[in-house]
Amino acid sequence: MTLEAFADTIVPGEKRSPDDRAVAGASPGGGAVAAGAIELLETPATGVSTVLDDYARMLNEHARTHATEHGLGLDETVPPFVALPFEDRTAVVRKLTGQDQEDRELWVLLALFSNMAFDTAAHMHTADAMAAGHPGLVTMGFMKADDDGLWRFPDFSYGRRLADPHPDTTPTGSPA
Amino acid sequence: MSSTESTDVLIVGSGFGGAIAAYHLAAGGAKVTVLERGPWLEADDFDHDFLLGSSYTRIFDFVVGDGMSLLGGNCVGGGSVVYFAAMPRAPRFAFERKGSIGRRMWPSAITRDSLDPWYDRVVEALPITQQDWNDVTYSGGLFAAACDHAGRTANPVPAAIDRAKCTNCNWMMAGCRFDAKRSLLLNYLPAALAHGAEIRPLHEVQHLSRTDDGGYRVHYNVIDDTDYRVHVGNGTIDAKIVILAAGAGATPVILQRSEATLGAMPHAVGRYFSGNGERLNTAVVNEDRARELLGLKRGDGQAFRANQIGKGPVVASWDNLDGDLPEHSRFSLEQLYFPPGFGTILAQVPDATGPSWFGVEKKELVRQWQSWLTVFTMVEDDNEGVFGPPPATGNAARISQQMLGRGTIRYRPSANTLRGWAESDAVVKDILERDGLARVMPWTNDVVGAYTVHPLASCRIGDDPQTSALDDRQELRNHPGIFVTDGSAVPAALTVNPALTISALAERAIPGIVKTLQERGVKVTYGAPSPDGSTSGRRGVRSQLRDLVRE
Repeated sequence: MTLEAFADTIVPGEKRSPDDRAVAGASPGGGAVAAGAIELLETPATGVSTVLDDYARMLNEHARTHATEHGLGLDETVPPFVALPFEDRTAVVRKLTGQDQEDRELWVLLALFSNMAFDTAAHMHTADAMAAGHPGLVTMGFMKADDDGLWRFPDFSYGRRLADPHPDTTPTGSPA
Repeated sequence: MSSTESTDVLIVGSGFGGAIAAYHLAAGGAKVTVLERGPWLEADDFDHDFLLGSSYTRIFDFVVGDGMSLLGGNCVGGGSVVYFAAMPRAPRFAFERKGSIGRRMWPSAITRDSLDPWYDRVVEALPITQQDWNDVTYSGGLFAAACDHAGRTANPVPAAIDRAKCTNCNWMMAGCRFDAKRSLLLNYLPAALAHGAEIRPLHEVQHLSRTDDGGYRVHYNVIDDTDYRVHVGNGTIDAKIVILAAGAGATPVILQRSEATLGAMPHAVGRYFSGNGERLNTAVVNEDRARELLGLKRGDGQAFRANQIGKGPVVASWDNLDGDLPEHSRFSLEQLYFPPGFGTILAQVPDATGPSWFGVEKKELVRQWQSWLTVFTMVEDDNEGVFGPPPATGNAARISQQMLGRGTIRYRPSANTLRGWAESDAVVKDILERDGLARVMPWTNDVVGAYTVHPLASCRIGDDPQTSALDDRQELRNHPGIFVTDGSAVPAALTVNPALTISALAERAIPGIVKTLQERGVKVTYGAPSPDGSTSGRRGVRSQLRDLVRE
C-alpha cells in the first residue's frame, strides 16, 4: 500500500474504489498504480524486487518525520505515507529526490520504475498492453501496431521542402 | 590449468572502433579475435516491445554516474545497433578547439581537411546517404518549418539508413527489425567474419597484463545471457596487440583496472571526459498554430500529432555552427525522438506550479505526448568528466538484470558548459515558442544529472602527453601495442553527432596498427577495399599512408 501511494505520487490516478486509500485520486484516469507499477517493481529483472519492504519502511519513516515537522496528525490505521494528503506525499517525494538528499538515487530509481510502468508498461509485452487498454499507453495516445505486432507508418512525411538549407552545407550534406 | 589461447589482435568491443579494426586487420591477414560484453542479436531478434528483457534492455546500457548518465550500446555492433544513424561530419572549427587547456586539443596532424578522406571511406562502407525532404518525417518537417519561421535554416541530416526499407517505426533504440539502419551488422562485421575474424559475445574484458614476448594477456569474464550481473566463467587470451574499443564509458575503466599489472597509465586515462555537450528540450506543439503559422497538414485533418512516427533525427539546424563565434557559443540543434521511458521521465512541465518532472501536471504533459517535439542540442562542453576508481567488474555496478547500472564518472558542468546550454536553450525557445507555436522546457538535470548518448574523450588523442592519453596514431602512451579506436579517443565535443568522426579516426588508425603488427612479426598488409568491395575510398586515403606508418 505504501509503494502504491509512492507510485501514485509520481503518476497520479483516479481511485479504484471509493475506499481506495493508496491512490489519492489527484488526477482523472488511471495512473502508475493502475498501469502496473507494483507488478513492475516486483519483477526480479528490475533489481529492486527484493528490497521493496525496505523501501516501504524508509518511506514511512520519512512520512512520519514530515508529519511531525508539519504538525500533521496521522491516521494510524494505514501506513504513515498513505495517511498523508497528496500534497504532503508530493512534498516528501520532492525532498527524497532532491539535491540535498543523501540517498536520493534510491528514490530516483523507485520513481523511474513507477514512471516506466505508466509510460512503457515494462512488465508486459507491449502488444498485450495495447490490447488490454493499458492506461499509460492509452493516455499517451500510443498508436497501434500492424497485425504482425510490428509498427509501420507508411504516411510519415509532409513531402515538401520546409526550410532553406544552410548556405555552407558541403556536397556530402554536412556542415563545412 | 588450461593453456591460454593466443591471437594476433585482440579487440575489445565490436562497435564502430572495434568493427572497423576487425575488418581491416582480418582482411589484411591477421588473426583477429573480438570480445564483446553484450549479446549478439540480428534483425529477427529486435523486438518492438517495452517488456524488460526484450531487445531494448538486452542491447542498451544506461549507466548513472555522479552528475552524468551515459547511454550506449551493449551488443555485437555496439552503438551502431542502437543509435539513430545521423552521420554528419564535424565542422571545421571543432578540430581547432582549445578548450580549457589553452592549446589546440586535436593533434596537429588532424584537421577537417586531413580527416575528410577517412570520412569518405566510412561513407562508402556503411553507406551513408543524404536524405531529402521526402525522407523527412512529420517531426523533422515541423522543426524545419519552425526554423524557417524563425528566420533560420534547416537541413535534412545525412544518415546511415536504407530509405527503401525504413518503416518509420521509431524503434531504432531496440535495434532495426527491418535492416534499414545500416548498422555494423550489415557491413564491417560480416566482412570481418568472412575474412576469419572471430567474435565472442557476452565476454566482458576486465583487465590486461603483459606477456613475456611484449604482448598482452587479456582477462575476461563470461556474462550470463539474461542476467548480466551473473558471471558464468572467465578466461584469458594472449595477443600481440590489443585494440580497446569498449566505448568512452568502459575503455578508461579497463585501463584503470590494469594499472596494477601494467603500471601507471597516462594522466589523461579516465579524465577529460566529454558528454558532447548534450542537452534536450521538449516542446508541446499547438496543433492550431502549427496549421495556421506553418501551413502544415498531414492529410488526415491533423497538422502534427506525430511524435511517435519517424526514424530518430532527420533535420538539423546549423546556424550556430559558426567558427567566428567563441567556443561554447557554437552548437547544433536536431529534432529527435526518444521512446517513452527514457524520453518522458526527464521532460519538464513549462511553468509548473508543483514538481516539474512528476505529479499531476507532468501527467497532463504526458497526455499530450503525440504533440511533443524533442530537440537535441550539442554544445561544446569543457571535458569536465573524471572517472573514479573502477568497480569490481565491468564499467558499472549493475542494478538491474540488464541495462541499468551505477558508474564511477563524476561530472560537474563548468560555467562555459552551462553558458552553452543556456544560450542554446534560449534559441530553442525562440524558435518553438515564437507566435505561440509551442511551449518548451529543457529536460531536468536534477534527477540523473546531465546525460549523453555520445560519451567521448576519456582516453583521448593529442600532441601533449599531459593532457592526452594517446598519440596521434591512437597508441596508448608508454604502453606500446595498446591502441584505442572508440569514442574515448575523440578529444572533445564536436557540436554534431560523433559516430562518423569516431569511425573516420578508426579508419585512419589502421595503417599504423598494421605497421605495429608487422614489427611484431605478423604477416599482415593494409589496403582492403570497402566491405562491399568498393575502392574509391581506398584511393582517397593513399596520399596519407606514408605519414601514418612512420617509425
